[in-house]
Amino acid sequence: MPRNSRHENNKKLNLTAPGSSLKNRTGTWRTARPKTDYRACLACGLCAKICPEGCIIMAAAKSRTGKTPAKARPVTDYAYCKGCGLCAAECPAKAIKMVKDY
Amino acid sequence: MAKKPAKRKKLRILEGSAAIAEIIKTVSPAVVSAYPITPQTHIVEKLAKFKVDGGADYEYVRAESEFAAASIILGAAAAGQRVYSATSSQGLLLMTEVLFNIAGLRLPAVITCANRAISAPINIWNDHADVMAIRDAGWLQFFATDQQEAVDQHLLAYKVAEKLSLPAMVNVDGYILTHALGPVMLPEKKLVKQYLPDYRPAAGTYLDPDRPLTRGAFFGPASYMETRARLHDDLVSAQKIIEKEYRLLRQTLKTPSPVAGFDDGLVAYYGPKNPETILIGLGSMVGTMRETARRRPHIGVLAIKVYRPFPGETIGKIIRRADNVAVLEKAISLGEGGPLYGDLKAALGKNSLNLKNYIVGLGGRDVTEEIIAAIIDDAGRQNEILKFYGQI
Repeated sequence: MPRNSRHENNKKLNLTAPGSSLKNRTGTWRTARPKTDYRACLACGLCAKICPEGCIIMAAAKSRTGKTPAKARPVTDYAYCKGCGLCAAECPAKAIKMVKDY
Repeated sequence: MAKKPAKRKKLRILEGSAAIAEIIKTVSPAVVSAYPITPQTHIVEKLAKFKVDGGADYEYVRAESEFAAASIILGAAAAGQRVYSATSSQGLLLMTEVLFNIAGLRLPAVITCANRAISAPINIWNDHADVMAIRDAGWLQFFATDQQEAVDQHLLAYKVAEKLSLPAMVNVDGYILTHALGPVMLPEKKLVKQYLPDYRPAAGTYLDPDRPLTRGAFFGPASYMETRARLHDDLVSAQKIIEKEYRLLRQTLKTPSPVAGFDDGLVAYYGPKNPETILIGLGSMVGTMRETARRRPHIGVLAIKVYRPFPGETIGKIIRRADNVAVLEKAISLGEGGPLYGDLKAALGKNSLNLKNYIVGLGGRDVTEEIIAAIIDDAGRQNEILKFYGQI
């Protein structure tokens, strides 16, 4: 099948290549944004585990001396976070607060 | 050397369900899944028996409901397989959500609907309320007038469905066609294969672990509308393909034609060129209508064999020659009128002023020659547009 008609056919069949959900940036659905206070954060990683969208990753921060091991800390991807507030509700250190995002 | 005369295949007297089960076995889908419901049960009962007896190579998946049966064939079709299911009435309604998904996903599934009334009050007999409830789902809708046509339409349904990536439903009147015996010629497997080759969708267009893809992912306001417009356009243009494939089917299979007269696969017309009255109907009652018209040379009978896509243009050309048009329907859009009548009105515009709507045969009440003769008399009179006919 020529390239163009294959493209048309895939469009007709509503076929999409893997990874297409990344194009759908659900962050615009949010009305409240989780704000993490890293001074209070225990780096337990619970928020990253329970985030239903997989928007929080535990990223290693650089230590002051530049030496590892550094304490990992949660980083929220606001392009996709829908603002459900589960992380804030479950944080044992109450380090995450939901703030207005509009 | 003289050609050997083609062997004439004998007509057999078969129950409609048996004929349908036989042709499905010949078509050999990869997956059959269904849940028993009267009056469809005989079809899947026979398909299950073929499997157990070792005469069939499809996988027969037992389901816990019609919703599951439809979902099972959805999944198998998405994996690039030919599929089949059959249902009726409440079962069709339980499938509704999945039917819309199958159409939206552009899967060429084929389902037989043994038409039956909808509860409440509970009634297991024939009318068209079930299919009319899902007529907007995006499926090709075939209506068989007799057992032979039911057999032929299943082949046509698979051919067109697989060609256009559209699902197709073949409607057969519960009991009247599913349980009654009629003359049927079952085409040989060789001819069926010639007309309907094995289903081989292009690589990369079905679910396959080696070529991952998403089918029918999330479509927001920026793209959803286009998918519906495409589905509509493809259904409308399917009329040309159905006509073409129907001609090919007649040439290839040489099964007896259901009617002497105009028949393009979408509609069939029997009667004079300039009739006084035309009767329009769906399904098996067309047979009674033709029988009634046989002794009345001024009456024409138009069978609508494909209800979706709606062949409005072809119908318009045929019925504009008639003084009166009576639309007989075994269904009613409650609070409005007959659904077919509404479609005809919309398709014909100002040429539809002579149309009258007769609701008949609900819940299995017989549509007799006497009723049809009375309707012919009534169609010429000036009185109300919508009537329930055949009330006791």
